[in-house]
Amino acid sequence: MNILEVKNLNMSYETLEGSVAAVKDVTFSLKEGESFGIVGESGCGKTSVAMSLLQLQADNGKITSGEIIFDGKDIVKLNEKELRDVRWSGISIVFQGAMNSWNPVVKIGEQIREAIREHYPDKTKEENTDKINELFNIVGLDSSIADRYPHELSGGMKQRAVIALALSCDPKLIIADEPTTALDVVIQDQILNEIRKVQDILGLSLIYISHDIAVIAEMTDNMAVMYAGRIVEKGPTKEVFENPRHSYTQSLLASTPSVVGDKIKLKSLDGEPPSLINEQIGCSFAPRCPNKNTSCNPNHNMELVEVASDHYVDICNAERSK
Amino acid sequence: MNNNLIEVSNLEKYFEISGGIFSRNKQVVKAVDGISFNIPYGSSLGLVGQSGCGKTTTARALSLLDPKTGGDVSFYNDETKSMQSIDELEGDELKKFRRNIQMIFQDPYESLNPRWNIKDIILEPLNIHNIGNLSDREEAVFEILKTVGLTPPENYMPRFPHELSGGQRQRVSIARTLIMKPKFVVCDEPTSMLDVSIRISIMDLMLNLAKDLEVSYLYITHDLAVARYMCDRIAVMFNGKIVEIAETEELLSNPIHPYTKRLISSIPIPDPSYNRTKYEIDFTELDQIISTNSGNADMVEVKDNHYVATHDVKGLL
Repeated sequence: MNILEVKNLNMSYETLEGSVAAVKDVTFSLKEGESFGIVGESGCGKTSVAMSLLQLQADNGKITSGEIIFDGKDIVKLNEKELRDVRWSGISIVFQGAMNSWNPVVKIGEQIREAIREHYPDKTKEENTDKINELFNIVGLDSSIADRYPHELSGGMKQRAVIALALSCDPKLIIADEPTTALDVVIQDQILNEIRKVQDILGLSLIYISHDIAVIAEMTDNMAVMYAGRIVEKGPTKEVFENPRHSYTQSLLASTPSVVGDKIKLKSLDGEPPSLINEQIGCSFAPRCPNKNTSCNPNHNMELVEVASDHYVDICNAERSK
Repeated sequence: MNNNLIEVSNLEKYFEISGGIFSRNKQVVKAVDGISFNIPYGSSLGLVGQSGCGKTTTARALSLLDPKTGGDVSFYNDETKSMQSIDELEGDELKKFRRNIQMIFQDPYESLNPRWNIKDIILEPLNIHNIGNLSDREEAVFEILKTVGLTPPENYMPRFPHELSGGQRQRVSIARTLIMKPKFVVCDEPTSMLDVSIRISIMDLMLNLAKDLEVSYLYITHDLAVARYMCDRIAVMFNGKIVEIAETEELLSNPIHPYTKRLISSIPIPDPSYNRTKYEIDFTELDQIISTNSGNADMVEVKDNHYVATHDVKGLL
């Protein structure tokens, strides 16, 4: 059963320079217990997708069309009060750099307690304490951490506590938005293990957002590659890595160094992503594309087409008619 | 040339921290605790390890930004054709010597003055060291911008840092560094803030420049995959000490020290079918073994040019 279905989501930010189309026609779904990865470079719309799932986008961000069906309800249509029930107890999120979002003058345990109280006002103090101890146990923290202030913890410990906080109201879906960006490799490895363990124990669904395709390879069952607000390729993670069809996916793979296998010459991708202020038709990757050919036309309409079982690639109508 | 460009022996950098205003107890943090290594002319050394292990402190001591508290650092002196300790340098000699060592920092957003245009930013080191006349200097800026791929240069010279992307800014940092024609550049995670696709072009640029201009790098990173791409040799640091040092491919395929193994096993592999072998170590135990063996740990050569810290071999292997 699908726990989440995002259909033709479009979102834009109103700015002084004009309207920025940050999310364009994004469609994907997530089964219960599945982990889904979203990968792409800065500004491709990964975080905007995550924020729209919780309706937490900045004030100037608006969903212009599309549906987000979570647990049978369309989140886009919910009012603020109904949204509060979905946030944290339905979908919770671990933000990028979330470890720095703790209130410095309140003990860690108290901050988690606050979230639980908000959603389950009837629970007793003892029940909440038990819950916090259980959560800390799951993420590998000692229960005494609850009585500590944020400055007393290391970066890795704070990030574990953030995961505990995200789990505090028994969500069904967790969004992890670059949860390990500011951490070094050994701590990153530990946090990734924790997330996998938590997902296993609690049977959660996971959306993992990262610019690091190696982390996506390890963490997810299915994945989407985003470029300039669009999903340009999606499918089972193994399939996408073995048969990358979109030139952008191929470039990402060719530019990722690895410590195993033969040392290969990596290929750089020149240029920069296009500005999203002006509306674009056609392939937005064409200006940087190493495989650009004469049939590439900026006026061609793009569409996600299934090229293999569950494997979709964004191609233009000229390619489709071939 | 088979000479070493740099020879570092038992480098120490201790910081004193007081226990409070009224406390007479002084505690010492041994941020860099007796490390030794050489960098041959034209080759690059990667310095890897976790946050707080002393990588950046080592870099700052080598580039003379912070004075070391012990040990010796010697550089090859082109004029006398011999190694010269940095302790012997003073005044004008020191200033002249500083041209040979430059640094590229992690964050291109913070290391460029936002109020200066690109031309002035790159001109500054030439002005400070009083090299050439104004037209020579401007010509040099023009040339170096071409070298780092910011073309046409006249379009970039009047711009300000905020008008450039992250990758372009890091190119400006590299230009500012290389305009002094240094022999040695310390790079402190210069690509960690950049997107993957841009990262490779910066790394390739640095590799090509190293070859063309005969520059050696000390490349600091916590990502072994990046170090593998950039460096001839890699030194692994833990708690202020080098625990293992070897040729890059040798270190990755034949790691000996438990900490090196742990570090290698934590790198995610961009292949969903690859099953990474987990290697767990007890960090508190490792910490104890290393701190009880303070002072100059012997490095044992286990293979050609592959050295491992001995106290750990005795303790953990």
